[in-house]
Amino acid sequence: MAEKQSLWNPAILSQAAVGALTKLDPRTMLKNPVMFVVEVGSVLTTALLIQDAINHRPISFNLQITLWLWFTVLFANFAEAMAEGRGKAQADTLRKAKGETMAYRQKADGTVEAVSSSMLRSGDIIKVEAGQFIAGDGEVIEGVASVDESAITGESAPVIREAGGDRSAVTGGTRVLSDWIRIRITSNPGETFLDRMIALVEGAERQKTPNEIALSILLAGLTIIFLLAVTTLQPFAIYSHAPQTIFVLVSLLVCLIPTTIGGLLSAIGIAGMDRLVQYNVLAMSGRAVEAAGDVNTLLLDKTGTITLGNRQATEFFPAPDISTERLADAAQLASFSDETPEGRSIVVLAKEKYNLRGRDLTNMRVEFVPFSAQTRMSGVDLPGTSIRKGSADAIAKFLEQQGASLPRKVSDKVEEIARLGGTPLVVAENTTALGVVYLKDIVKGGLKDRLARLRAMGIRTIMITGDNPLTAAVIAREAGVDDFLAEAKPKDKMDLIKREQAKGKLVAMTGDGTNDAPALAQADVGVAMNSGTQAAKEAGNMVDLDSNPTKLIEIVEIGKQLLMTRGALTTFSIANDVAKYFAIIPAMFAGVFPVLNALNIMHLATPHSAILSAVIFNALIIVALIPLALKGVKYEPKSAASLLRRNLLVYGVGGIIVPFIGIKGIDLVLTALHLA
Amino acid sequence: MTANGWLQILIFLAVLIALMRPLGLYMARVFEGERTFLDPVLRPVERTLYRLCGVKAEVEMGWREYGVAMLLFSVVSLLLTYLIERVQHILPWNPQKLAGVEQALAWNTASSFTTNTNWQSYVPETTMSYFTQMVGLAYHNFLSAAVGVAVAVALVRGIARKQSATIGNFWVDTTRCILYVLLPLCLVIAPLLIGQGVIQNLHPYTTAQTLEHAATPQTIAQGPVASQEAIKMLGTNGGGFFNTNSAHPFENPTPFSNFLEILAMFLIPAALTVTLGKMSGSSGHGWAVFACMLLLWFVGVFCIYASESRPHPLLHGVDQHVSASQAGGNQEGKEVRFGITGTALFAATTTDESCGAVNGMHDSFTPLGGMVVLSNIMLGEIVFGGVGSGLYGMLVYVVLAVFIAGLMVGRTPEYLGKKIEAFDVKMAMLYVLIFPVVILILTAISVLAPQMGLSSLNNNGPHGLTEILYAFTSAAGNNGSAFAGLNANTHWYNITLGFTMLAGRFLMMIPMLAIAGNLAQKRSVPPSPGTFPVNSSLFTILLTGVILIVGALTFFPALSLGPILEHLLLQHGILF
Repeated sequence: MAEKQSLWNPAILSQAAVGALTKLDPRTMLKNPVMFVVEVGSVLTTALLIQDAINHRPISFNLQITLWLWFTVLFANFAEAMAEGRGKAQADTLRKAKGETMAYRQKADGTVEAVSSSMLRSGDIIKVEAGQFIAGDGEVIEGVASVDESAITGESAPVIREAGGDRSAVTGGTRVLSDWIRIRITSNPGETFLDRMIALVEGAERQKTPNEIALSILLAGLTIIFLLAVTTLQPFAIYSHAPQTIFVLVSLLVCLIPTTIGGLLSAIGIAGMDRLVQYNVLAMSGRAVEAAGDVNTLLLDKTGTITLGNRQATEFFPAPDISTERLADAAQLASFSDETPEGRSIVVLAKEKYNLRGRDLTNMRVEFVPFSAQTRMSGVDLPGTSIRKGSADAIAKFLEQQGASLPRKVSDKVEEIARLGGTPLVVAENTTALGVVYLKDIVKGGLKDRLARLRAMGIRTIMITGDNPLTAAVIAREAGVDDFLAEAKPKDKMDLIKREQAKGKLVAMTGDGTNDAPALAQADVGVAMNSGTQAAKEAGNMVDLDSNPTKLIEIVEIGKQLLMTRGALTTFSIANDVAKYFAIIPAMFAGVFPVLNALNIMHLATPHSAILSAVIFNALIIVALIPLALKGVKYEPKSAASLLRRNLLVYGVGGIIVPFIGIKGIDLVLTALHLA
Repeated sequence: MTANGWLQILIFLAVLIALMRPLGLYMARVFEGERTFLDPVLRPVERTLYRLCGVKAEVEMGWREYGVAMLLFSVVSLLLTYLIERVQHILPWNPQKLAGVEQALAWNTASSFTTNTNWQSYVPETTMSYFTQMVGLAYHNFLSAAVGVAVAVALVRGIARKQSATIGNFWVDTTRCILYVLLPLCLVIAPLLIGQGVIQNLHPYTTAQTLEHAATPQTIAQGPVASQEAIKMLGTNGGGFFNTNSAHPFENPTPFSNFLEILAMFLIPAALTVTLGKMSGSSGHGWAVFACMLLLWFVGVFCIYASESRPHPLLHGVDQHVSASQAGGNQEGKEVRFGITGTALFAATTTDESCGAVNGMHDSFTPLGGMVVLSNIMLGEIVFGGVGSGLYGMLVYVVLAVFIAGLMVGRTPEYLGKKIEAFDVKMAMLYVLIFPVVILILTAISVLAPQMGLSSLNNNGPHGLTEILYAFTSAAGNNGSAFAGLNANTHWYNITLGFTMLAGRFLMMIPMLAIAGNLAQKRSVPPSPGTFPVNSSLFTILLTGVILIVGALTFFPALSLGPILEHLLLQHGILF
């Protein structure tokens, strides 16, 4: 999934062309009042055209007008169908991942039966073995397995799913690579996360979001105003002895009502959801995407989001009279068998700093001592020497057992490192404490820039951590978050969200554990990690398939982009009307009042070509703006004022100028082709 | 245009800006219920009034209750005025023995004064007795103005308050507006006007023997003019004591009285923007709204001044240039004592402010000058607008501007911390819609109906269209000025214009109050760098753009067949 489709994918285009026609059904059109008015106008002119043809009246101009009115409706439908088509293409890949698979359901008596995945119901228990596909969304209740989730996430490295804890959720359509797991199915067919997302991107179940409704009201209001301005123009025209034909009046009306935004509005919404999917984020509703654009406060968990999940060795501090090389050498030796990221980072640091390469351990008759909960140390025994590394307490005990003690300087260093928020590991060889290894939280690369980006958008970031305030402050400063909540318990997170919301702020957060679920539900935008528990996924309103918490930033940007695209095209659409007036009004009345040609500032060739050019421009601009509607306007994290200045200039002033050029151009073409 | 003329305009602006801030801050105190320097005198009066009327001053109202109180109050005063007009012949202070007013005219006039329009289909000095003028009409000059201010203040409260179910008490707001704002200001302005020569008496009309027509003596109307004149301007009412309104030497005798009258109509609407800034806690926003209004007003003044100063294209062989020794330009329908500057300033102000008083004949302006006064009203009477009504009308446009701007910065729109949602947009669009609906539909019917609409029209062609369009626009905008050239004292115009005025006032007030109530109960979002600031010059430009675009797009077709066509035909020597 998550492949970007080319905008002009021929399969989608041809489907969209068909969709454009089927959407002409007035019941469908009624959902979009602006385009419905255009359709009614087209039907009206078609009827009159037929009447004219029967009565052998000249129809060349009226025919062209009628055709272009229909094109206007079709182009708008095409835009919507195209957005839906792109969504459908996404959905199909999602669906392919699902497919029909066999599941081995455990019956009440303990026996196992083979059923099709579509037969599974919430609460069923299935067993999946290595090589089999997981038949539905569920929760691991027994066993550990490595699972290939590349069909959903595109990430090829397998992930571990196990019963209990925060990695218990599995998604239908993924494949178990090794071992086996027993899964409790958590959703009925058609109700899985994937199903809901498919429905959303396909646009079938799309409901208008609150902001879309508000904008639709604005557009409907404008449409009524123009309907009024045009219908009352006829009486004024009759009074002035210059009555107009229905063709001309409908043309004026269609040109004035906001067809550009009216035609593209739903495409913009669908495309916004689609963009999220491309980022591997599934949203439960369009409302959540809009809310993302409004987020004021972002809660970020320290571990995994701000820092790499694990602490890493960054420095060696030898004890008095011990050389750093000796400490590094011993530390590396003690860590060779330590497969934890911390252990590996010690090996790497020793190698990078002191060029200590791996050595042939087989000849050294080494015996590895793994970490145990009792001793809280790990290390290595060589003939005559035993090297240990562990926390200061554990090593002190180790030394005491042999009648030695931790030197004062070493324990001072241990305290200093702890104060700075690091984790000190003490290394000892027999009765000698060699020194301290400084393990530290490492802030993810590039995070600082991303947080700065958020600040520029006006979003405040708060780091949540279980660390003490001192440690938290160090990391917070290093990462560049605006604030932090230290020694946080799950309830504290919830309280913080409520506090922020009471101030009227919208809060976004990510989470994966079951204990995150209440907070995820409380937050305005709760992004659950796909690797997290089912409870977390149910509570949030988005799921990140890549389980990458920093993706909140992209989510916020997509939300903003969605709203900006709507605003920009609305402004553009309304600004366009100025030029259309200057094209059509003089064309309507110059026959009776030649002086009104003074308003024909574009010097359009004839009244017919002027009206036709405006109508054609109005239809073509919808097509021309489809890419913008689908891709969204460019978003840069800037202050609101500078964003507005830019967009007003591009879409407001641009919206006034572009149609003057466009209409004049079309007029030249029409005249050259002798069409009007 | 002359340096002297511009100097007059600049002096006017300087005085206005100097006075509006203290008045605006004072009004904020009045409507927040704080102590003012007039409390020792007025507080006892206020308390007594509440006790007499059974008003519980401390109990606040939700928007529906506020609206119902406002509507009930207005309906009752409308009926009262209707009654007074109908039976004025049996009431006192009628030295000229004027008869009771005919039904349609009485209806039209009652609607007109209740809605702060002061459209006058009648000739006051031959129709209304002193009693009717003072009790029936001057009463409304105070009350309708106070109602407008009260409703505007309620909207400002809606913007300022957080999660509040109420928006103030209608009776308290109206009472305090009259007692603390309108009456004291009138007491300052009326004597100043009397000092300039405006009359104030209850005498019967004076009969004067003129040299020209010894057989037919001239009747010179009298009356309590100065007291009405002050509130006529301050409350942006505009209903003249005499037919010729502020062009009459007894209403507006000198250039200084002219200056005072323009200032009086400007004062409260301008000061209310300061009140908005103070009460909403964003004085910058108040100034941004003021700047938008000032910009639009200034463009109007400039255009009228420029087009009226130009020589008439069809007058040849005459020096029409404006100079120290002659007024020049288009002097038709203007008073020489005001000149083109004084008339342009007055005309732009009276049409922007929804006042409707006139000191010149708008019908006699050049087509472009006439188009500007008409367009000023077509913008919806929000460029300062009527007292109160201008501010709330403008704030509806602010809601729309903020909605579009909010989208363009990538947030769901918010205005001073309040989210603008579907309901607010719906009400704002309703507000914006009602205005053109009444104007365009009734004008369209009138031009198609030779018996009803066209029979009382004095001019044909585009000029005639402008006259009818102006009448309905003036009524819907609650302006009340007449373009003239159209006899509106017919059953058709009296009745339809009466309804137009009521629609333009009350149908628009209700959605506006709904916005006030809806905003009041919302939570407030604290501003962040991501929020679009409503106190910047960028906001002023955006707001101005939205107003111009909505106004222009709505009325351009009608204008193109009216004044624009007339202007173009005039260049070719065709007159109407």
